[in-house]
Amino acid sequence: MPLKTVVYCDICTFPPEYCEFSGKIKRCKVWLQENHPDLYTKLYGEEGSAGTSTATTENKLEKSLRKLEIKQENRDQRELAKKMGSKVVIKRLERTKRKCVVAISGLEVFEIDMKKLSKTFASKFATGCSVSKSAVTGDEIIVQGDVADEAEQYIKTLLSEKGLTSIKVERVDDKMKKKVKT
Amino acid sequence: MFKKLSKEDVHSRSNVKSSVQRAMKSKLVSQYPKLEEVIDELIPKKCLFELIKCEDKIQLYRVNGEILFFQKFDELIPSLRLVHKFPEAFPTVQVDRGAIKFVLSGANIMCPGLTSAGGKLPEKKDDELDKDTTVIINAENKENALAIGKLLMSTEDIKSINKGHGVEMIHHLGDCLWNLSID
Ligand SMILES: [Zn+2]
Repeated sequence: MPLKTVVYCDICTFPPEYCEFSGKIKRCKVWLQENHPDLYTKLYGEEGSAGTSTATTENKLEKSLRKLEIKQENRDQRELAKKMGSKVVIKRLERTKRKCVVAISGLEVFEIDMKKLSKTFASKFATGCSVSKSAVTGDEIIVQGDVADEAEQYIKTLLSEKGLTSIKVERVDDKMKKKVKT
Repeated sequence: MFKKLSKEDVHSRSNVKSSVQRAMKSKLVSQYPKLEEVIDELIPKKCLFELIKCEDKIQLYRVNGEILFFQKFDELIPSLRLVHKFPEAFPTVQVDRGAIKFVLSGANIMCPGLTSAGGKLPEKKDDELDKDTTVIINAENKENALAIGKLLMSTEDIKSINKGHGVEMIHHLGDCLWNLSID
């Protein structure tokens, strides 16, 4: 087999030899050590010290790489903080006495693909489902039918799969004009 | 070339007919003759071969879920995923360690990054590459390519002039093509 299979880092997606430039090297190293210990040893040596060159240019480079790493870490933290401070809103709107729709907003912060989710809902609940662009609340998923409970369950599992367990999912019932926290 | 590309920029997806598949395979081989020995392994007779048309007339070719090459004009350009599988098929230059982070940020490659001690250009006169050649870019002490670019001057000129942009960036690790997920 003349074709090569290159290992790609699960954390930064680069071949591991380029992890040092991704700004995520700490997590990359942990992943590599767990999943490809041989490669880890090859790249970082037994103690995990990358490169022992002491030339000044190399030092400069290391410094700028460290800066990049810190920047990336800060960015990750900011993003996480933003996620933790956000919430998903599930709103039940009455159309007529018997019919209602459910509008779900606040999903994009959590990197949930709304188009895909609307397709999932459409087939899951055998109903109509679409993504509507709204400038006020951001994009919303509109599901036809009274499926707020099921949708909430599903979104909660989606969030926990992403490791986001303590995100608030707020329920609003338009008819009652009263917020119900869950 | 892939500073901005996401799912929203995908216009259409279609399966490629097997007669067209054969034509694409022979075009690839004619551009990169060394691919001949592996072409059937890269693109098996029975495979899911898709054409993905994107914004800016960029066409991506996906084989069994992996984008292997793309084109904007007539020339077929390999993706890094393809290059990593069989690097010896493509003309190669090398940048020094100091240039890596600039390459990964999508910058064009400056001549000194190629001519310094850590860089590498073809040495023999017969191996010199002309302007506009598509090259893969390796880096000092690294095994795998980190980018693909187009020579803005011949490798001879890069050595003798040694100033300014030497290679135009096309595709690099971490750019939108590298990170593109369509499904
Ligand atoms: Zn990594």
